[in-house]
Amino acid sequence: MTSLDTAREAPRAVAFGTRLPKARKPGRRHLLPGFGLTFGITALYLVLIVALPLAAMLLKTFSLGWPEFWRIVSSPRAISAYWITFSSAAAAAVFNGFFGLLLAWVLVRYEFPGKRIIDGLVDLPFALPTAVAGLALVTLFGPAGWYGQILVPLGVTVTHAQLGIIVAMAFTSLPFVVRTVQPVLEDIPEDVQEAARLLGATPFQVFSRVILPLILPAFTTGVVLCFARAIGEFGAVVFIAGNLPGMTEIVSLLIFIRLDEHNYPAAAALATVLLATAFVTLFLTNLLQAWQLRYADKSR
Amino acid sequence: MQINPADASLPADPRRPQSAVAWGLIGLAYLMAGAVLLVPLLLIVVTGFREGVGVYLANIVEPETLHAIFLTVLAAIVVVPINVGFGIAAAWLVTRYEFRGKRLLITFIEIPFSVSPIVAGVIYLFLYGGQGLLGPLLAQFDLKLMFTVWAIFLVSLFVTSPFVARELIPLMQQQGGEDEEAALSLGANGRQIFWHVTLPNIRWALLYGAVLCNARVIGEFGAVSVVSGAIRGQTNTLPLQIELLFNDFNVTGAFAAASTLALLAVLTIVLKSVLERKTRH
Amino acid sequence: MNKLFTAAVAAILLGTAPVLAQTTEILNVSYDISRELFDAVNAKFVPSYKASANADVKVNQSHAGSSKQAGLILEGLEADVVTFNQVIDVDTLAKGEFVTADWKSKFANNASPFYSLPAFLVREGNPKGIKDWSDLARDDVKIIFPNPKTSGNGRYTYLAARAWATEAFAGDEVKIEEYLKKVFSNVPVFETGGRAATTTFVENKIGDVLITFEAEVLGTIKQLGDDQYDAVIPSVSLLAEFPVAVVDKVVDKRGTREIATAYLNYLYSPEGQDIAGALFHRVHEASAVEKYKAQFPEVRLVTVEDVFGGWDKIKADHFAEGGLLDKVFVNQ
Repeated sequence: MTSLDTAREAPRAVAFGTRLPKARKPGRRHLLPGFGLTFGITALYLVLIVALPLAAMLLKTFSLGWPEFWRIVSSPRAISAYWITFSSAAAAAVFNGFFGLLLAWVLVRYEFPGKRIIDGLVDLPFALPTAVAGLALVTLFGPAGWYGQILVPLGVTVTHAQLGIIVAMAFTSLPFVVRTVQPVLEDIPEDVQEAARLLGATPFQVFSRVILPLILPAFTTGVVLCFARAIGEFGAVVFIAGNLPGMTEIVSLLIFIRLDEHNYPAAAALATVLLATAFVTLFLTNLLQAWQLRYADKSR
Repeated sequence: MQINPADASLPADPRRPQSAVAWGLIGLAYLMAGAVLLVPLLLIVVTGFREGVGVYLANIVEPETLHAIFLTVLAAIVVVPINVGFGIAAAWLVTRYEFRGKRLLITFIEIPFSVSPIVAGVIYLFLYGGQGLLGPLLAQFDLKLMFTVWAIFLVSLFVTSPFVARELIPLMQQQGGEDEEAALSLGANGRQIFWHVTLPNIRWALLYGAVLCNARVIGEFGAVSVVSGAIRGQTNTLPLQIELLFNDFNVTGAFAAASTLALLAVLTIVLKSVLERKTRH
Repeated sequence: MNKLFTAAVAAILLGTAPVLAQTTEILNVSYDISRELFDAVNAKFVPSYKASANADVKVNQSHAGSSKQAGLILEGLEADVVTFNQVIDVDTLAKGEFVTADWKSKFANNASPFYSLPAFLVREGNPKGIKDWSDLARDDVKIIFPNPKTSGNGRYTYLAARAWATEAFAGDEVKIEEYLKKVFSNVPVFETGGRAATTTFVENKIGDVLITFEAEVLGTIKQLGDDQYDAVIPSVSLLAEFPVAVVDKVVDKRGTREIATAYLNYLYSPEGQDIAGALFHRVHEASAVEKYKAQFPEVRLVTVEDVFGGWDKIKADHFAEGGLLDKVFVNQ
C-alpha cells in the first residue's frame, strides 16, 4: 500500500484541523527546514487576505454599539430573513442527507452501467457557477419550463417561492454528503456485513445496526457542511427566489440590499451575524470530526 | 431467524447488484441524478446552442461578453497560482510542525470556506472602499482597488484561499514527514526535499485542488458583484455578464454566456475525475 | 505574441481595455434603465467627437439604481460623468465634494437634457382596469416599482403618488399617509434598480402594474410587443428631471474634463436629443420635440418645486432616516 492510497481515507470535504488516526506525530519540533518560510507566507497571507478585511468589518460593527446592533439584527425583516434562510437550508440539508446517502451507497456498493458518469455528475454543483445554476433552475421550474409545465398545473410553484430557495440550496450543496460518506462506506469491510448476515440479521438490521453507526459521524458532518453552504448561497438563490421581503428574502440578499441603500451599519451588522454562524458551523464540524475519528479508531 | 441457505453461496462479485432492492436503489439514483443534475446541465447547453452554433458564436464575440471571458480567465490565471502557493505553504506548515496558535491559524484558513460570498465582498468594501478602514489612506497615494479588476482578484483570492490547502492537508498528514526527514538525513536541502520528495507525493492532490479553485474563481458571483462596480466591458466577469444580459432582455446572449460556463464545468468534472483516479492509484 | 499578451494584461490591469493607445476613455455612471439610451448615444458620440475634435474616445457604462451608483462613486468608482435620474443623487456627490455645489447651473434646463414622468405599464387589455393613482390602493392590485431607498425611479414614484394624494385628499396628511401605506403594502418586491423591477414584471410575471419612467414603459412595449402590455398615463404625474454632471474630482485627476463636458453637451445637441426622443424620453430641442410629439400623451405635470418646495426640503422631510417615507414604507 503506497502512501497515496491512504489519501482516499481522509474524507474529502471534512474540516481538516484534527489529526487523522494514522498521522505521524511530528514530534520533534522544526526538524524539517522551512518553518520560518512557510509560517511567514501563511501568516502574512492570512493576515492580508482574511484577517484584515474581517477586522475592518468587525470594527464597523463594534462602532455601532450594542443597542443599535441589536435593533438592526432583531428587526422583523431581518428575523424573517433568518427564518427563511435557516429553514430552507435545513430542508435542503435533509433532502441532501437522503439523496446523498442513496448516491453514496449505490456508488460504493454496486457496479452498474453509467456509474462513472453519475459519480462525475455529483461534482457538477461545485463546478457549475452558481449564477448558471440559478438560471438553469429558474428556466426549468418556470411556468413554461420543462418541469414547470408539469408542476405548475399541479399547483406546485417553485419559482418565486420558498420551494425555489430550497431547490437552489439543495442543488448547490448536493456533493457534500456524497463525498463525506463515500470514503467511509468504502472502508467498511464486506465481511462485517457478511458476518452480520450469517448471524441472521435482516438487511434492514445490517444497515441500521452495523452500517449506520459506522457512517453516522461522516454523514452528520456532510449534512452540517451542506447546511452551512446553503446558508451562504447567493448566486443561485437570487435568480429563482423572487426576493420578496418577508417571504423569499435570504440574509445574504438583505445584506446586499442594505449595501445598495448605502446603509452600511445594517450591512455590517447582518454580515457579522452570518460570520458568527460560520464560526459556529466550523466549530460543529470540528467536534463532529473528532467524534468521527474516535469511531474510526474503534472500528479498526 | 433462520439462515437462508441461498445466502451461503455467495456470488463471485459481491458488488453485482442481486436483489430487487438493489436495482430499485440504483434506479432511484439514476432518476435523481438525471433529474437533479443532468437535466439542468443539458438545459443550459441546449438553450445556449438552440439557435445554432453561428448565433452562439456571434453572442460570444460581442465585445463586452468577450471582455468578460477575458477578465474571467485572467482572474483564474492570477488567483489560482497564488492560492496554490499559499496552499502548499499552509499545508506544509500545518502538517510538518507543532507550534502555538496552530488551531487559530487553521480556523483562519477554514473561514473563507464557510462564510457567505456576500460577506466576502462586504469585508473588502469596508477595508478598501472610499469610506472604509484603509480607503482614505489609499486615496492619498492615489491607489485604487475598489471597482477595479484588483478588487475582483482580491475577493477571489479570499473566497478560494482554502481550496488547495483543504486537499493537501489531509493527504500530507497521512503521509507523515518520514520521507522528507530521510532525505534530510541524506543531506538534501529544503528545496531539494520539496521538489524531489514532497511534490511528487502530492502532485495529483495539488492539481485536484487547483482545478476546484479554478472552477470557483471562474464561477464566483456574490463576492464579485459587491466589489465590481459593473462597468461594462471593464469589470464584469462572465457570471456577472449573464445577469447583465438577462436584464438587458438579451436572453439568447445570457444563455450563450451561461453555456460557455457550463461547458467549462463539464471540462472541470472530467479533469477532476481523471485526477481523482490518479490520486487513488 | 507574448508581448501582445503582456500588453493586453498590462492594459486591463491599468483599467483600460486593449484598444488603440491614443483612445481616451471616460466612464459614464448612470441609472438602471438608461442602458439602451446610452448604448445609442455612445455609438453616435464617438464618431461625432472624432469629427469635431479629431480625437478617439471610448465611453464606458455602468448601470444600476441611481442612489446605489452615487454610493459607489463615494466608495471609489471613478466616474467622469454621471447621468442620474434625480437631483438628490448628484447632491450626494456634491456633499462628498466630487462635484461643485453649483452643478445644476453648468448645463441648460437645470442640467437635465431630457425628462420623463412616472407612468404605468399594465398587462394586455388592462385586466385590473388600472387607470389612475387611486387604483393603486385597491386590495386586488399588486404593484411593482423599485426600492425608493436605492433608486431615483422609485423615489419619483413615491413623490408622484404623494403629489396626487395631496390634491385628492386636499392636503389631509392622515389620509395621504393611509393611502401611501396601502400602496406600499401592495408592493410584493422592491428591486434595487428600475430595470430589475421591469424584469420582475415582464419576465417573472409578478404584479398587475409596473410603475416606472414613461421612457421605460414605452420602450418595454416597443421591445416586447404591444400585444402583451399597455401603457397607462395617469391623470397627473411628476416632472422627472434626469440631471447630468461632470465629476470634477475625477476629471481633474484624469485630465478628461474637456471630453466629459463635450459628452454632456452632446446630449443637448440636435443629434443627442433625437436619440433620446427616439427612445421615448421627452426632450427640449424644438425639432426633436416636433418629431416625437405623437408618441407622448398629454399629461398634466407638476414639479417638485411646486408641490414639495424643492429637493432640499424633500430630502429633509421625506428621505431622512425616520422621515415621511419611512412612515409609509412599512414593509421595507
